[in-house]
Amino acid sequence: MPLADLFQAIGRRVNNGIWRLGYAARFFLTMLGRSGIAFSRFSLTVKEIYFTGVLSLIVIVVSGLFVGMVLALQGYNTLQRYGSSEALGVLVALSLVRELGPVVSGLLFASRAGSAVTAEIGLMKATEQLSAMEMMAVNPIARVVAPRFWGGVIAMPLLAALFSATGILGGYLIGVILIGVDEGAFWSQMQSMVDFREDIVNGVIKSLVFGVLVSLIAVFEGYDAVPTAEGVSNATTRTVVTSSLVILFADFILTALMFRGS
Amino acid sequence: MSRTTLDAWVGVFVTMGVVALVFLALKVGNLGGSTLSNPYKLTAEFDNVGTLKVRGAVKSSGVVVGRVSDIEFDPKTYMAKVTLNIDGRYKFPKDTFAKILTSGLLGEQYIGLSPGGDDQMLASGDTIARTQSAVVIEELISQFMFNKASEGAKP
Repeated sequence: MPLADLFQAIGRRVNNGIWRLGYAARFFLTMLGRSGIAFSRFSLTVKEIYFTGVLSLIVIVVSGLFVGMVLALQGYNTLQRYGSSEALGVLVALSLVRELGPVVSGLLFASRAGSAVTAEIGLMKATEQLSAMEMMAVNPIARVVAPRFWGGVIAMPLLAALFSATGILGGYLIGVILIGVDEGAFWSQMQSMVDFREDIVNGVIKSLVFGVLVSLIAVFEGYDAVPTAEGVSNATTRTVVTSSLVILFADFILTALMFRGS
Repeated sequence: MSRTTLDAWVGVFVTMGVVALVFLALKVGNLGGSTLSNPYKLTAEFDNVGTLKVRGAVKSSGVVVGRVSDIEFDPKTYMAKVTLNIDGRYKFPKDTFAKILTSGLLGEQYIGLSPGGDDQMLASGDTIARTQSAVVIEELISQFMFNKASEGAKP
């Protein structure tokens, strides 16, 4: 009965998905409960901030600069047709601070740092380092997982802010220095249109949410990986794919909640 | 890598992130730059506010002297009631004239205050009596058409 098989396959997928979601939620709660060590021995977390944050600096700064430069070039083409090229600063700043900063740096963060965290934890599991820790009465969730999670959560908003700031500088470079938009108008229009509470704080909240989501997916996939070479490689792929989709989906929800009125 | 180098790099990273946030807040968002000192409130009623928005500028002689803090519909007079936050350094005479103007051809709308000659000044909570509504292009066009039509009707 092929039809019954089909329904069975659908049902199994849905059940598995829900089960995994519940497992991830329980894992998240356990990890939050065991997070004390990430702050009482803060040097563990500092080391993870180095791996996820400092080593992602180059890719974030360079792509931020180029995204800002491209925005300025494309925006200028459209704006000068309507004789309002002074609004270039507003265009670049708002698109970066509200959307592109958090989202693009989130995607880069997932593929640069998230995949590395998954591979590291997965490999520790495959080589039975996690079991060895348990034998020594060290809880691997507290010692290995929590510092990596909190390191990512702290690094992500800083990376997004750096992305937006370098992007605006890139836009300034192209708009004011290369094309010759009036410098005063570029900054003053930007300052009068960008609101601190509405735009910048909301951007930071977005990047914080993405940081939590990406870090959680990365450590969960690593901890849950099948302990073989193939399993670790699958888990790494899943981290990048799932985090990217979750970032874009969460971005839509957050944007709908934050910028509905204006 | 030794502990101190690692700490140094993380320190540099966190400092850069915080500097970027401060840059966004001060240079881009202009936090603390344009705050009004000791603002006081004035109200003005307009027949039509056009596309005037809350946080829009209030200008006098082209200088920003305040911000629009609230726009609502007054069900008694059937007019739009606009609340203005005016910088405490600036006082305006009782017979000040408030107009809704447009910056540029398609630009944003703002309120322009033209001071009158009264020697009494507007105090907090007062209402500006003399106002002029936003120009609605459709009404202008229909007036123009009407005038043209009536010209054509004359022999």
